[in-house]
Amino acid sequence: MATASPIVPAGTAESELGAPRGWVAHRLGARLDDALVPLAAFAVSALLFGIFVAIAGKNPLDVYAEMYRGAFGTWFSFQNTLLRAAPLMLTGLCTALPARLGLIVIGGEGALVIGGTAAAWAGLHFQGSGPYTVLIAMALTAMVTGGLWIGAAGALRALRGVNETISSLLLAYVGIALMNHLVEGPLKDPASLNKPSTMHIGEANMLGPLPGLDVHYGLLYGVIACIGCWVLMEHTTFGFSARIVGGNPRAARLSGLGVPKLVIITCAIAGAAAGLAGMVEVAAVHGKANASLVAGYGYTGILVAFLARHNALMIIPVALLLGGISASGGLLQRAFDLPDATVNVLQGILFLVILASDAYRGKIQLLRRKLVPATGGAA
Amino acid sequence: MSRKHLFGSGLSRRVTLISIFALFSGIGCSKPAPSGGTAPSASGAAPQAAPSDGSLTVGFIYVGPKDDYGYNQAHAEGAKSLSTVSGLKIREEENVPETVAVQKTMESMINLDGAKVLFPTSFGYFDPHILKMAEKYPAVTFFHCGGLYTEGKHPKNVGSYFGYIDEAQYVSGVVAGLTTKSNKLGFVAAKPIPQVLRNINAYTLGARSVNPKVTLSVIFTGDWALPVKEAEAANSLIDQGADVLTAHVDSPKVIMETAERRNVFCTGYHASQATLAPKGYLTGAEWNWEKVYKDYIEKVKGGTPWAHLVRGGFKEGYIKMSAYGPAVSADAKAKADDAKAKLTAGALVIYKGPLKDNTGKEIFAAGVEKVQTDIGLEQMNYLVEGVKGSLN
Repeated sequence: MATASPIVPAGTAESELGAPRGWVAHRLGARLDDALVPLAAFAVSALLFGIFVAIAGKNPLDVYAEMYRGAFGTWFSFQNTLLRAAPLMLTGLCTALPARLGLIVIGGEGALVIGGTAAAWAGLHFQGSGPYTVLIAMALTAMVTGGLWIGAAGALRALRGVNETISSLLLAYVGIALMNHLVEGPLKDPASLNKPSTMHIGEANMLGPLPGLDVHYGLLYGVIACIGCWVLMEHTTFGFSARIVGGNPRAARLSGLGVPKLVIITCAIAGAAAGLAGMVEVAAVHGKANASLVAGYGYTGILVAFLARHNALMIIPVALLLGGISASGGLLQRAFDLPDATVNVLQGILFLVILASDAYRGKIQLLRRKLVPATGGAA
Repeated sequence: MSRKHLFGSGLSRRVTLISIFALFSGIGCSKPAPSGGTAPSASGAAPQAAPSDGSLTVGFIYVGPKDDYGYNQAHAEGAKSLSTVSGLKIREEENVPETVAVQKTMESMINLDGAKVLFPTSFGYFDPHILKMAEKYPAVTFFHCGGLYTEGKHPKNVGSYFGYIDEAQYVSGVVAGLTTKSNKLGFVAAKPIPQVLRNINAYTLGARSVNPKVTLSVIFTGDWALPVKEAEAANSLIDQGADVLTAHVDSPKVIMETAERRNVFCTGYHASQATLAPKGYLTGAEWNWEKVYKDYIEKVKGGTPWAHLVRGGFKEGYIKMSAYGPAVSADAKAKADDAKAKLTAGALVIYKGPLKDNTGKEIFAAGVEKVQTDIGLEQMNYLVEGVKGSLN
């Protein structure tokens, strides 16, 4: 909620919020609303999942205790969570940023895969130039490629009116097919017989762990990208314009905003984030591009973005939550003999309950009394 | 300001939600919820640190569901067979992708469960994941499926095993060649890599050894688990006249079901799919990981040295055939049993000259024999005569 930003043109706050006198009360109500509704949704999800676990014949409290141990309870577990959260922050941005323009982009997987493949190519191209050159070249190549990928979906939307949800999803399949073609053809390491891959970028060029941690630099990239995108979307005129387009594209056009440009640029930034996630997978984990890049991070990113309600800063804790859920998933299987799908059930419940909880925003009587009567809720 | 605008109008919201659900249900199809019936480990108990009673904790990691009727089930059946070994605790984890996730699963099994021996079973787990963990945890032993160990290059606490399952595919091919009425067989394959090509070629050579009129059409789907594409490929092969189908994908489940529904025959792969096609299932090429796992565990428990690289076929007991289905004739059974006996005895060589590829180019001149252990076969990049399909 960035309407308090000093960069926002004067007068906007009034036109959006009605009487200036109601400002403080309104903000308070909205803040409480922002905190209470997701918390309640979280509690409801936990309850529903508890019922599911009980039906599966396990004690829900034991399961929750074990999940906590597997996700946050030990230093090893917490690092495991951080490591799993890292790519989700970047792929979460790929859905969250276009969402501020009212677009639902779900093709982050494609941008990640194609970005990772391009990064591997760049890494090999600059292999002899020292680790820093290699990593910078890889990161830039991955971001440009991922940016072009989702930017293309944005351009199709802005210029030709093609539904971005469908086009980005289809582009994801194209990206995966292209990656397979490249690692099985032009970029193939002849020695990678039964698992076609590109050549290795070289151990010396790999992205190492953060100092004192067993977690690679991808986590830092993710946090920086989330903060940067939050500033961009909430505290700059660009972000404000983007949010106007999201609110009402026609009004935005009438007020002279270049809507197609905003759509394409935002989608390109989103794709660049996912592309960077692909670069991290190659540079920090695999050392080469191959089919292992298709690991579903892009799709989990959709979940992250929706749970964070497309707020770039909220993506960080949500990615940690989902990283923790996946980190504890293994322990649930091993300790309770629960199927792997258990954590998918929990994710699904969270997704649906949080989406459904949106309907209660600004409609809780207790909070509503604090709102300015004229604004008619938080709309 | 509310964020309701994210969904736009009611119509686009509906379109969006439908596509998101379609997406997730698509993912759901490829990973059916496991029944959990195959898990041998004791349930309910919280994981313990390294046990002091001299028992050994062994971890198994699968890339897909352990009841997938395929690659992962074959390994899970092997793991289950170890439940009879005394003093062994088994921990299993399924659907672990070939990313840092598998590294963390290995570490979690080592740190939280006290595992001393790990079987990360997916081919793609080896480099870099197993290699990295093996260096970090020299006291833990890692056994990988794929035969990728290189002496001097890889850590000493790593072993790699694999089976010559193309021998079993050859025998399946004999049965298929004697059962087909259209003389057209169909093969649904994942990727044109040497391992898969060996199976396609061995199946074809087996079929043509008893019925030279047979041709085999192959469709590559492009990846290991694409159930929708696999069903399409199966239907398309049947539409082209194929009346026996087989496959090399992670889970042949949907292909076997499609064959049964369309009233054609099928032969299985990885594990037995007989229950999916009770009428049309002829036989199948199965792994027998029980043998490999028991050998390794016995040696680790006894403190005797184990081989870093083991490979085997029928003779070593690493592979087996599914029991014959009701549609197999007595003649086909006799000829298949004969081929199996000869392969077991080493009296039958699958790849021998004169052999041409399906473009007419000579691969092996008359008199050349390539036995199973021949390293040249690991580089296979051709389809033999009789296969309709191309690698590009």
